[in-house]
Amino acid sequence: MPEIFGVPVVVLLGQILLGLINGSFYAVLSLGLAIIFGMLNIINFAHGALYMMGAFVTWLCLSQLGLNYWAALVVVPLVVGAFGIVIERLFLRHLYRIDHLYSLLFTFGLALALEGLFRYIFGAAGKPYPVPQELTGVFKLGFMILPIYRAWVIVAAVTVCVAVWLVIEKTKLGAWLRAATENPSLVTAFGINVPLMLTLTYGFCVGLAGFAGVLAAPIYQVSPGMGSNLIIIVFAVVVIGGLGSIGGAILTGLGLGVIEGLTKVFYPSASTIVVFLVMVLVLLLRPSGLFGKEN
Amino acid sequence: MAIAVALLLAPHLVYPLFLINILCFILFASALNLVLGYAGLLSLGHAAFFGGAAYVTAHAAKVWEMPFEVAVLLGTAFAGLLGLVFGLIGIRRYGIYFAMITLALAQMIYFLAVQMPFTGGEDGIQAVPRGTFLGIVDLNDIAAMYYVVLGATVAGILFLWRTLHSPFGHILAAIRENEPRAISLGLDVARYKLIAFVLSATLSGLAGSLKVIAFQLASLSNVSWHLSGEVVLMTLIGGMGTFVGPIIGSAFVVTLEHMLATSGLPISLVVGVIFMGCVMLFRRGVYGETRARLKAIVERDRA
Repeated sequence: MPEIFGVPVVVLLGQILLGLINGSFYAVLSLGLAIIFGMLNIINFAHGALYMMGAFVTWLCLSQLGLNYWAALVVVPLVVGAFGIVIERLFLRHLYRIDHLYSLLFTFGLALALEGLFRYIFGAAGKPYPVPQELTGVFKLGFMILPIYRAWVIVAAVTVCVAVWLVIEKTKLGAWLRAATENPSLVTAFGINVPLMLTLTYGFCVGLAGFAGVLAAPIYQVSPGMGSNLIIIVFAVVVIGGLGSIGGAILTGLGLGVIEGLTKVFYPSASTIVVFLVMVLVLLLRPSGLFGKEN
Repeated sequence: MAIAVALLLAPHLVYPLFLINILCFILFASALNLVLGYAGLLSLGHAAFFGGAAYVTAHAAKVWEMPFEVAVLLGTAFAGLLGLVFGLIGIRRYGIYFAMITLALAQMIYFLAVQMPFTGGEDGIQAVPRGTFLGIVDLNDIAAMYYVVLGATVAGILFLWRTLHSPFGHILAAIRENEPRAISLGLDVARYKLIAFVLSATLSGLAGSLKVIAFQLASLSNVSWHLSGEVVLMTLIGGMGTFVGPIIGSAFVVTLEHMLATSGLPISLVVGVIFMGCVMLFRRGVYGETRARLKAIVERDRA
């Protein structure tokens, strides 16, 4: 059996694939964070809590309403996105003009409150969610066995990321968005409703977090703490990639997932902290992040 | 004077451990306020200093069987060192980046605390011996413990007061108000911020060390991001950048949590909602807002 550094290639490839799955979640969430930061100038700490909410709504859809996974894939992002729009309209928009720190603190409070609320209602224990029937089973790749659902997560996440990137970089809508980031008052003068655009952007990105929650439900246990654990890693990802570039956020997310997977092979006990170590290294060598511009 | 008498009599009227908890958080929040309120650095990772010091102190007291003073000093020194490391890594990044960096670094400490053998993982370090103060006063007497913590807290607060009213304190204020200007005046801004950050980390560590001895337990909740958030809330709710604010804020939040703990209501839900309310409605905090209103009234009367 072929080996690299004394590790069978099979094990290595398996961990890289597992890493890509984690990386898919990092990518979808950090993409949302980067767009929200670019457009609204806020750091959405609640992103992880909204991802958790997405997973819970998915679980509720099945257990309470009998809506299956595929329906949830459509319904949940809409529900979470709508929730985000309400939050933006009621609260966040009043915070745009003051120090960024306040919107960070507000969303921090929101994350705490959501986590507390779900823990209060559903308890701290994880809820199992079955893999949808169409995606059960495995691919036998010869070198490894890949559960179909996991392959689907990677494909779905990467497709969504690339689609969002294309919309922002290549379409007229994306051009408006980018223009409004640079100079909102000028874009308003062209007759574009910038406040509405901001609301929809927030709703969309939060919907993306909800979408990630749906993807996560069958893999990870659906539990109130799942969001906060993830979001802090995603913050490190964002610091590593820099908030300047959307493509950068996607690549950094996937890349760090793979690095994490590889660490699991070579030095398992460091796998939970490797992302943070990379962050420290990047900060020391390239303080504005790999793709970032210093503000 | 009245306050001093009240503080000295308090343990005979109220449950002393509860008071000790308040004192530790007063010191912790005041220490955070040095960077958050006076240097304008939002740290979301202060639990690493508080909890890190707690673990070191607990280990020193229990396993190495160090006397109380040495264990507390070791914990405090560890927090200062950790603060130096965090500061060196993060201090050049501004605002939200700094917040995210401190949060991520603190989470790294959290994961280390979960994994490293000496921290006891989920169980934490239990039954930490309290020992004696200066070899004379038995700290198992809870009132004695209270007075020692009171003394340390008052000393820490006075130290902060002195720091803020020194030239160094004024330089910090200058940096917060107008950093480019401070730079153009030839001040080494990064160094001043770093010093403030290390001082803040050290005092947070002192608070954590005292708490772990009094409660005889070092646990993961002391290093979790929730705690970092709570102490920011204490500072915010009282009034960032005011000296009295964090003292009022921490007393309020600890009391509230104490009441909630028996009510069955979820603490983090309530804390989160208060957080949101605070940011939306009174960003200057209870004390800051009151002071500003009074000032406005005084000025109107004068006019």
